[in-house]
Amino acid sequence: MALVAVLLAVGGLLVTSALRDTVTYYRTPGELLGDPGLAGHRVRLGGDVVPGSLRHEGELVVFRLAEAGHEITVEQRGAPPETFREGTGAVVEGRLSSDGVFRSDHVVVRHGNEYGPSSSPAVTVDAG
Amino acid sequence: MMHASTVDLLTDTAAAAAARRTMAWAAAGLTAAATVAGGWLAPPDELQGDAQRLMYLHVPAAWVAYAAFTVVLAASGAYLIGGDLRWDRFARAAAELGVVLTAAAIGTGAIWGHLVWGTWWAWDPRLVSTALLLLAYAGYLALRRALAERRAARDGGDHRVARPAAVAGVAGFLLVPVVHFSVVWWRSLHQQATVLAPHRPPIDLRMATALLLAVAAATLAAFCLLLHRVRHLERRLAPEPSSSAAERTPAGVG
Repeated sequence: MALVAVLLAVGGLLVTSALRDTVTYYRTPGELLGDPGLAGHRVRLGGDVVPGSLRHEGELVVFRLAEAGHEITVEQRGAPPETFREGTGAVVEGRLSSDGVFRSDHVVVRHGNEYGPSSSPAVTVDAG
Repeated sequence: MMHASTVDLLTDTAAAAAARRTMAWAAAGLTAAATVAGGWLAPPDELQGDAQRLMYLHVPAAWVAYAAFTVVLAASGAYLIGGDLRWDRFARAAAELGVVLTAAAIGTGAIWGHLVWGTWWAWDPRLVSTALLLLAYAGYLALRRALAERRAARDGGDHRVARPAAVAGVAGFLLVPVVHFSVVWWRSLHQQATVLAPHRPPIDLRMATALLLAVAAATLAAFCLLLHRVRHLERRLAPEPSSSAAERTPAGVG
């Protein structure tokens, strides 16, 4: 009976928090920019890596994350996973500074539910 | 229909044994085909490379775990309605399978997440609800054992264990839709469903074939294991002299 009670309580908590939108694994750029109370707090920010925005500056990886028309520039300290690339989703963890740059120290890649082979033949092009 | 064929497969007749052997060979054949298809014939994913092949382990494990908990739900319900302890043994065996496969899904998911997301674990709705599901059914099995010990009863052969267990088994199933829809209800790191997507599945045909073979192999293998486990439980419980009378006592209410 205790098990049932705990399960019902946890289930109820999950459903109510879903309705109140408090269980959010990450926030979108629009939400972060629209809520000044979040500035300076450690949060997760998710969006798509804007094509053409990715560059390396020393040990920093700089890119922009966009979702629904809002964009935030991210300065990531440390190497992202190998699957990280422009155009795919990513979630970064860190703080939004007062200068509008999101400084993160952790990045994970979000991939979609689409699976397919490489569109171009798998031929390695030698840079040399 | 389903009921009759399932019960027939549990008997010691030559026909039932032959049917069980045929199923085991079919499961082995499907596993071999899925290994070839998933390991070699299906192309590596454009974004994820060979890490995507973990899908052919992860998705079947999760699918069979859901199916096993559905069997717990159905068998617990059938026990509560009819009072036949055979259904209680089905519920126990299915919960054991479900717990092992949920753990396998979490394990393969962690490796896949490490390779593709860049993290072993995330406090994400899908991952947390799956962990809760594992806890719920591990708790269900612990409850059975605790009840059997406290009441000096035989787990799988006694209504004093079966009745509360059936209630817990039904209640635990409430988490299954939460796990399945977690990627839709909440913003999640986990990708949404592919094969059960509302529109045409966004997956390469060769990958989909390998995945379906793997799911079919896992489902059939799990069904063989379930029958084997129930037969084992029945044989172990057989010597009880009063069991044949007790088997038919209705569960009743309260």
